[in-house]
Amino acid sequence: MKHILAFLCAVMAMLSLTSTIAIAQSKPLRIEVTKGVIEPMPFAAPVFVAENAAAKKYAAELTQVLVADLTGSGLFREIPNAAHISKITNFNAPIQYPDWKAINAQALITGAVSVSGNQLIVKFRLFDVFANTALGDGLQFVATTNSWRRMSHKVADAVYSRLTGETGYFDSRVVYISEEGPKNKRRKRVALMDYDGANVRYLTDSKSIVLAPRFSPNAREIIYTSYETGSPRVYLMNVDTMKSRILGDQPSMAFAPRFSPDGTKVVMSLSERGNSDIYLVNVSNGRKVRLTSSPAIDTAPSFSPDGSRIVFESDRSGGQQIYVMSTSGGAAKRISAGKGRYGTPVWSPRGDMIAFTKLYKGRFHIGVMRVDGSREKLLTASFLDEAPTWSPNGRVLMFFRETKGVNGAPSIYSVDITGQNLRKVNTPTFGSDPAWSSLLK
Amino acid sequence: MVNILVKLSAAAICAVGLTACDTNSPGGYGAGGVVGGIQPGSPSDPTSLAYFQQTIGDRVLFAVDQSTLSPEAISILDGQANWLLQSTQYVVTIEGHADEQGTREYNLALGARRASAAQNYLVSRGVADNRVKTVTFGKERPLEICSTEACWSKNRRAVTIVRAGLGS
Repeated sequence: MKHILAFLCAVMAMLSLTSTIAIAQSKPLRIEVTKGVIEPMPFAAPVFVAENAAAKKYAAELTQVLVADLTGSGLFREIPNAAHISKITNFNAPIQYPDWKAINAQALITGAVSVSGNQLIVKFRLFDVFANTALGDGLQFVATTNSWRRMSHKVADAVYSRLTGETGYFDSRVVYISEEGPKNKRRKRVALMDYDGANVRYLTDSKSIVLAPRFSPNAREIIYTSYETGSPRVYLMNVDTMKSRILGDQPSMAFAPRFSPDGTKVVMSLSERGNSDIYLVNVSNGRKVRLTSSPAIDTAPSFSPDGSRIVFESDRSGGQQIYVMSTSGGAAKRISAGKGRYGTPVWSPRGDMIAFTKLYKGRFHIGVMRVDGSREKLLTASFLDEAPTWSPNGRVLMFFRETKGVNGAPSIYSVDITGQNLRKVNTPTFGSDPAWSSLLK
Repeated sequence: MVNILVKLSAAAICAVGLTACDTNSPGGYGAGGVVGGIQPGSPSDPTSLAYFQQTIGDRVLFAVDQSTLSPEAISILDGQANWLLQSTQYVVTIEGHADEQGTREYNLALGARRASAAQNYLVSRGVADNRVKTVTFGKERPLEICSTEACWSKNRRAVTIVRAGLGS
């Protein structure tokens, strides 16, 4: 995150709307995220107006990324520019609602871009076409020109939020494992990308096997497992400086790290004499507290968003199952109840659900369940689906899918928690072990 | 220090062309062990590395999701223990591996369990504890790459990699 954005994010006090304010609809324009969308909401997003010559090269691309964000969510469908009757050439001109109604655009997004030095200024407004009214105030974002994609994501997040009533997830990043080469000699690197696969940056070289990177709560640091010493150890890296260090004292094998919601601690598995248990490690002084001490495999711990509980997997009852315990350790309660094996539990940032990998009858599934284990729902099925990670708003999961056979290779996918909108995330190499950041600031 | 030894020995074996080499790899991954500065020798010479790898066997295999030693595994480990009791100049690292039918982190833990099962057995047969290290690779380094039991059964393994000890 070299180009940290000093977002001004200022509300432009109503941007002096000249159009007539119509009577508000009794129900605001709204699309429900959780219901499973059968008919995406049609919207129009005319290419943003370039308000000066230097803005021209950004206006079209910025609009494209915005449209890709919204349509990629599966909740919205774009009515292409070719079908538009009205053209938006002036950001402040009155909206010709009948023209947008005629093409059945329920939502209209208008925007303007200007460049001043290396600063990019983006304004946008959102309209409820059939109610003849603006939805919320106009917004303006300011950032450096090289962060133009983030401006699109910011606009998309604002639109998504106004139309769904939920926070968005587009201005976010994913850290993952880039994989290359044959199956028995994979070269792996920790890589960072925007949530949509853009701006890939490699954080490690391929000399050592690396696994399962995860973000700190503010997305400035990552924690991951590396074989740099010949044996798996957990490392902490600042993604700006790319400086890394082993976290605390790890006399034995260490893996499966994850940050606490306040970023001060990390939970991980340490394996000694073949027995893997869960430890809580203080990030600043490396001090560790042992949380489990069963002879079973206890691994893949993940905090609840309030920091009070930890969900993890254990084979203490025979097979891999999911358990919840207090952050101070002690008794654990098994929550997975169905047939098969359950692993890689991850607590939703909303606190309401656990995502997991399920192995059943030789197939792998990504699924979700309530935190008490009820209402299990399997979202995917394949030869090998693994390692879900939550979008910042808890509505979408990314995971990786590995294909079968001698040429089998992993790719990153996303799916809604309704099980709809399965999509491949394009990465320059094979990709696995995605971990989604929080919304960027 | 260990890493340096591995690199030197890997280079030495490459030079005489006895086995395929991956100089980037920190260990053998079961593709054949390495010994600091010496040649594997003849499989019929009971003190040779070739004898350890080929005649005794440098690896034991496991059932799906298990780390219990089979009778075959025990007989191989008996041979390894005897060899190590004779050849005290060597130390070993046991690499535990899993097949691809499991999640990564669980498989790391499972690989650790398998390596440890072999380690515990060698120690129980009199090999000094400090001569036997373990490491897990989970499902990161399969030996065979097909997605059927024919390959998976060979990937569920604990491989004993012989290294030059501190005294040699």
